Amino acid sequence: MDDESPVIYGLEFQAKALTAQTGETDKIRFLVGTQSLRVENQIHHIDFDDENNIINKNIYLHPEGEIWNIKASTIDKDLMTTCYNKTSESKTEMKAAIWRLPSDFDSGQADDQSAHPAVRLVCHLNNSEYGDMKSVLWHPTGDTSAVIGFADNHIVLWDIDTSSSTAKMTASTGLDSKGNSKFTCGQWNPHHNCTQIATANDTHIRGWDIRTMQQVYTIENAHGQLVRDLDFNPNKQYYIVSCGDDCKVKFWDIRNPTESLAVLSQHSHWVWSVKYNHFHDQLILSSSSDSRVILNSVVSLSSEPYGNLADNNDSDSDDDHDEIERSKEPQQDGIISTYEEHEDSVYAVDWSAADPWVFASLSYDGRLVINRVPRAEKYKILL
Amino acid sequence: MSSQQEVDDGETEGSKRKRHGMLKMYYGIEKSGGATLDPCDINGAHFEADTYLSNLIKQRSLTELMDEETKMVTQIRALDSDMQTLVYENYNKFISATDTIRKMKNDFKKMEDEMDHLASNMATITEFSGTISNTLQDRRQHITKLSGVHALLKKLQFLFELPARLNKCIEMKAYSAAVRYYTKAKRILHQYQHMASFQGINEDCNKIIHQLCDHLREQFKDKESSAKDLAQCVDLLLQLNEPAEKLCEEFLSHARQKIDEDLQLLDRQIRLQSGEEIKSEGETAAQAYLATPMDVLEFVDTGCNGFLSNICLVIASYNDMFLSKPQEDENMDAIALKKLVFFVNELMEKYFDYVQRRVRLERETGDNTILVRSLDRFHRRLQAMNKLLPDTDFSRAGTDIVSKAAKDRVYHYLQSLKQHFSDCMTDVRQNLAAPRTVGKHDSNSYLNDLLNNTQTAVVDQIKSVLNNLQAFLDSDITFAMKPYFRGPFCVQGVREGLIVAFLNHVSSTCLEFCEDKDKGSAPPALLLILSKLCIEFEASTISYLLTLTEEQFMMTERFPVTSVTDLCNNAKDAAQKLLNHFVKVQGLSISQMLRKSVETRDWLNTIEPRNVRAVMKRVIEDITAIDAQVGQLYEEGVRKERSSDSSRRTHPHSYMGSAALRKGGQWNYAPSIDNSLMSNIQKLFSEKIEIFSAVEFSKVSVLTGIIKISLKTFLECVRLRTFGRYGLQQIQVDTHYLQLYLWRFVSDENLVQVLLDEIVCSTVHRCLDPAMMEPSVIDLICERG
Repeated sequence: MDDESPVIYGLEFQAKALTAQTGETDKIRFLVGTQSLRVENQIHHIDFDDENNIINKNIYLHPEGEIWNIKASTIDKDLMTTCYNKTSESKTEMKAAIWRLPSDFDSGQADDQSAHPAVRLVCHLNNSEYGDMKSVLWHPTGDTSAVIGFADNHIVLWDIDTSSSTAKMTASTGLDSKGNSKFTCGQWNPHHNCTQIATANDTHIRGWDIRTMQQVYTIENAHGQLVRDLDFNPNKQYYIVSCGDDCKVKFWDIRNPTESLAVLSQHSHWVWSVKYNHFHDQLILSSSSDSRVILNSVVSLSSEPYGNLADNNDSDSDDDHDEIERSKEPQQDGIISTYEEHEDSVYAVDWSAADPWVFASLSYDGRLVINRVPRAEKYKILL
Repeated sequence: MSSQQEVDDGETEGSKRKRHGMLKMYYGIEKSGGATLDPCDINGAHFEADTYLSNLIKQRSLTELMDEETKMVTQIRALDSDMQTLVYENYNKFISATDTIRKMKNDFKKMEDEMDHLASNMATITEFSGTISNTLQDRRQHITKLSGVHALLKKLQFLFELPARLNKCIEMKAYSAAVRYYTKAKRILHQYQHMASFQGINEDCNKIIHQLCDHLREQFKDKESSAKDLAQCVDLLLQLNEPAEKLCEEFLSHARQKIDEDLQLLDRQIRLQSGEEIKSEGETAAQAYLATPMDVLEFVDTGCNGFLSNICLVIASYNDMFLSKPQEDENMDAIALKKLVFFVNELMEKYFDYVQRRVRLERETGDNTILVRSLDRFHRRLQAMNKLLPDTDFSRAGTDIVSKAAKDRVYHYLQSLKQHFSDCMTDVRQNLAAPRTVGKHDSNSYLNDLLNNTQTAVVDQIKSVLNNLQAFLDSDITFAMKPYFRGPFCVQGVREGLIVAFLNHVSSTCLEFCEDKDKGSAPPALLLILSKLCIEFEASTISYLLTLTEEQFMMTERFPVTSVTDLCNNAKDAAQKLLNHFVKVQGLSISQMLRKSVETRDWLNTIEPRNVRAVMKRVIEDITAIDAQVGQLYEEGVRKERSSDSSRRTHPHSYMGSAALRKGGQWNYAPSIDNSLMSNIQKLFSEKIEIFSAVEFSKVSVLTGIIKISLKTFLECVRLRTFGRYGLQQIQVDTHYLQLYLWRFVSDENLVQVLLDEIVCSTVHRCLDPAMMEPSVIDLICERG
């Protein structure tokens, strides 16, 4: 069987929420939340067996409502947050809650729908004062048990006590802009001791210091239209990538908010998600409502613009070293691969937390596709 | 003795005869051969007495023999007597000869005596003459000495008189005579200067000569003195052994003063032209005249007449004085020439600098003829100068200036063209912004008019610029025919520097409008016009302009040039990008409307739809307006399935019902059916829709692009909301309304259908209580709205 071919998993429901199981670093696991207004929603716990190329799944019920956002915890691999849509006859509300997977992964789970266990509620994140929850972030390293939520135009900070199953709100701040501008997304900066976050509202990107809850920088008009997603370079502390409704992916150095470092215009519709590979920051994934996923290599802006420098320390003699250097042509920026397995808008894409070469993408029609970085590219990076 | 003689004679005669016979034999004369060989011929050489005798005896009778014997005897006797006579005669002659010799002997003896006597006389004469000359010798030496002294005295007198004479000469201004006298005496004076008297004279002379030199120098330095005078001065000074190098320098520095005046005049003109110098008060009329700035032709004339003629004069006289005469020192010649060349180069450099500055000031005027004429004059004049001074090439430098001026003009024109183009753009913008008061009857061709006006204006402007530039190539302009001017000017200057650069500028300006940076600043109609402009450029204007240029400037294809294809590709590229941008901008504005309308409404709690929402009508209105706009400039384009539905198209209202029935059935599925399956199956058969993709240059394609973008936005927005029953129904009504009106704008009706279906499907998904509206009711509402 061809290792390179994608593995497709179909959900019965439409889905928008996807996350890698961040706390699980041994196995390739993803969590998918479904969106259905009329049937009880599910959380699919996906296990990808890399060797056999098989997908195993555990299905849990999500008792509250349709899932718009799901984030796995960095503290405890069984914890996660969802942002869900609670509907009644006359109104809908976006709520957030912390859940625990009821059991460890059980590959022998029966396929019987009625027998699906439900995820266990740890606690609700109370957002009644602030409006609809857009998304929730876990602390990037899991050092503290803090989570951040974005509700309409507020940033809210909670501290979770898992033992007592309570979440205490510790801080909040609002976006004091005129108009009805809401946060579209946010990302926790893994650098600077995790004291900063970046958010996007409308066409702007803002940076915040969560110790003071003050805005620290702004990239005005980062995109021509709405900014849909952003991500921090895991290795270069000032570099971020953003995407938006102008069909573009842009790279920024937050120290220079006036001009982007590079622009990729490869999608033919809005770009909904963009992700840095956690290990090799030249690999950029983006997904779009043109139902494509594009894997880019942006070596020039990565932390290893001249190839893997770590090799040089091990080289025995200078001659060898020179030869290696010479044989390595500087890699070019460009598209590595375009994945066309989806037939509807792809709203979410994420890298596996365990295997740097595996990623999953989820389209609205409920199709989850697991792909790998092409082997040629992988060897180019490793060797 | 006589017998002897006889024998000799016989012998000789015999031998003679023999020889004679042999000769005859030799020459082959054999006529008488028979006779001579006959041994019986008594006179023959081969006579044999025995044979003869026996023959005679045999042949003759006795009497005859007797007669013969007597005859022979008589003959023998006669012969004997002849012989005796001969011997006698010979003897007599011998006797007389002996006598003569004896007499001669006596005569010689007498003569010898006389000769001796003569010799003694001669000796006496010699002795006498020796004595005389001895006595005269002393006196002759004396006389020689005396005449020598006389000559010396004469010379001395000349020397003594020299100072006075020189003074007189100087008084009479006969400098050349003075110099001649001095040069004659100089050597002697120099030789004998150790003697006191001569020293005095020498000093006097030197003093006078110094005076003379001073005089000459004064004359030399005198500004008023003519070239001929100067030449004479220099000549004399040279004869007086003044150092030639110094003279050269002096001469040149003297000449320089004059030329500097000319240059200052030019400089002043330049400053006047550039407006630096303000008129000082109290100038005379002439000065006032000079103070008015001349035009460039006048300037060049002044330069030619003043500066160039003067410098030519200087060169000519310098040549006469220092170069053309045979110099004793070769080095001197080279040095003098070097000085001259240096001098001339320096001045010419200055002059070129002035001319260049002046020409550069000529930027503002539009007319080239005067500039070209002045440049021509300048160029010609320089060529003439070239002949004067070998080894230097001013005409090259001059041509460089001309080329530079031409280049400047080209650059200037390019700037003005760019300016003109941006003016055109501003005009178009203003026209677009201005409310159309003239009434609607011309609104159909409004954009087209603007486009045509712009295009005509641009092309006309280019043509007039080309015409202006042609002045540089008039047939009566000398530099126009020089290949090193003409080639670069035509190809690099006019073609590449002007036309190609301008066309590229147009393309890049157009592309700038596509940049996001100044978004919103360019009205969409401008984008449309520019796009069409680029298309027109690509289709015909570019090749027309280049052909025109090449014809007018008679270009040969020797230089590598930017090809027409490249330019056309650029233009086409720009047109494509502009049109894409237009689609994007228009799609965006409609998207925004739709997005706002979806996002701001509370779809859960709406009332039952009674009307099509106003925003949908607005969308249709806008799209119709865009359609009209695009229709003015672009062709209709190709639609799919045109023939099958053509009858319906003309009557949209009759189509409405049937379409609603057809499509309505599809929408009217029971909510329990798995929706995603339906849409997935549908998707399997339809192609993937590229939303922001490149469009073709046709109205239908443009409109399709805009509608695609708008509907996709609609779809995505719907997916983010949650709907109640009536919300869904409202969407149903809205999409049906769009369906009714949008099909006519797009190339593929199916596309609209697919997108609208997807919107409804997604709405159904997002609906809490999906209950579809009756198609007939939808029809009714739509017809009403």
